[in-house]
Amino acid sequence: MTRARAPRFAIVDYGAGNLVSIEQALTSVGAEVVRVDRGTDVGRSDADALVVPGVGAAGPAMDRLTGHDLVSPILDWIATGRSYLGICLGLQLLFEGSDEDGAETFGVLAGRTRRLEDAPTLPHIGWNQVERSREHEVFTGIAAAADFYFVHSYAGAPRGDSAPAVLATTTHGASFVSAVARGNLVGVQFHPERSGSDGLRFLSNVVGLVAAGSPQRLQTAPASLLA
Amino acid sequence: MLRRRVIPCLDVKDGRVVKGTRFVELIDEGDPPELAARYAAEGADELVFLDISAAPEGRGTLLDIVERTARRAFIPLTVGGGVRSVADMRAVLRAGADKVGLNTAAVSDPELIAACAARFGRQAVVVAIDARRRASGVAADREVVWEVVVKGGREATGLDAVAWAIRAAELGAGELLVTSIDRDGTGSGFDTDLLRAISSRVEVPVIASGGAAGPDDFVAAIRDGGADAVLAASIFHRRIHAIAAVKQAMADAGLAVRLASQAVA
Repeated sequence: MTRARAPRFAIVDYGAGNLVSIEQALTSVGAEVVRVDRGTDVGRSDADALVVPGVGAAGPAMDRLTGHDLVSPILDWIATGRSYLGICLGLQLLFEGSDEDGAETFGVLAGRTRRLEDAPTLPHIGWNQVERSREHEVFTGIAAAADFYFVHSYAGAPRGDSAPAVLATTTHGASFVSAVARGNLVGVQFHPERSGSDGLRFLSNVVGLVAAGSPQRLQTAPASLLA
Repeated sequence: MLRRRVIPCLDVKDGRVVKGTRFVELIDEGDPPELAARYAAEGADELVFLDISAAPEGRGTLLDIVERTARRAFIPLTVGGGVRSVADMRAVLRAGADKVGLNTAAVSDPELIAACAARFGRQAVVVAIDARRRASGVAADREVVWEVVVKGGREATGLDAVAWAIRAAELGAGELLVTSIDRDGTGSGFDTDLLRAISSRVEVPVIASGGAAGPDDFVAAIRDGGADAVLAASIFHRRIHAIAAVKQAMADAGLAVRLASQAVA
């Protein structure tokens, strides 16, 4: 019998900047966290979920992911239905390409990453309301239209068969998609790791979902963190 | 709707939070990660660390403080002071900062803004502008001019602060942190003319700094100055005003702010 342990999250490290916050936030809600910076490490990580963080433009990010041989392992991971959490750029990369620099991205979700329309300020930096389009376990325990922290100028615009994946929208000028979910794929334009107690609650929900999908792992995050 | 942000600023010198008046007369105010955690719990929307250590060993201490803070306060952290290269910026981000403030180094080498934005995205680049009102000199479309000063206000540059703000945004700044050196530490209110002169000419968010005394000043910085965010130090460190009280006053004035999160069962 396998001994229960915390669900393991592998954070993809491709030199994009701050990983301390997401690492600490996931750890604090009961996940075990490892970093992977080579494609070969993705499979070896024995992870239950893959986290792709990142901020900035798609082109340089795709170049660095390619340089670390990470693109194919990430696509394989998603194609086999394993848990994926994309944060900010990690959500945008799921679409077919980005208008920011014309980069071709993962193409897992139909649609493109586009500049925010009619925005009074750009980049869109700060706390803004995440309005749910439908209910989903990742928002359990979080008030409707709760504030999360954003820092970006572009956002993925789903179309066609990816439209039902839309989980939430946010308004800065025009409305844009701020969260998606399809199967074990979750993507958010905001930064849960920088969104205070609601952000931790969101991550705790994700950890709980991953644990539920991996029965040998712990089923819930520590209760104290959900207070 | 995007919230107007309230940002406590922690001036860090050799591992401690200090605050002076007009960049001098420093007074010890506490342990940075501890204050950061306290402010996060009290409703701060972001935190800014400005490293004012003169010696290199102070900077090593700073990276450790940034990491300890990032592990305790789950809100965004901007770190400024002494960042002079893409490599410096990378080190600060890797330690747990979300954004880096460029000041003197950007004035000396404006292309540094573009290089940092290209590497980490413009949202990670905050250009800090310290401005001083000039008694003389009249620009074509303004009654007052402000000059950029560097090295903690000790050195004038001859640069027009508004022109420099526009240039910095064009080069890749994702935000501008605009400090009135005349008002900093005096409690005489933000220089809303300076803020308006800049915010009306750039698309990027402007953070107001220098002069906060009470909640009305925060409201004025946004309403009259066009600022997106307001930064203050002493009034929070010394508990003259609580962050929550400032935000409530802003809400009462009709400004969109993030009040305490309302978790549901």
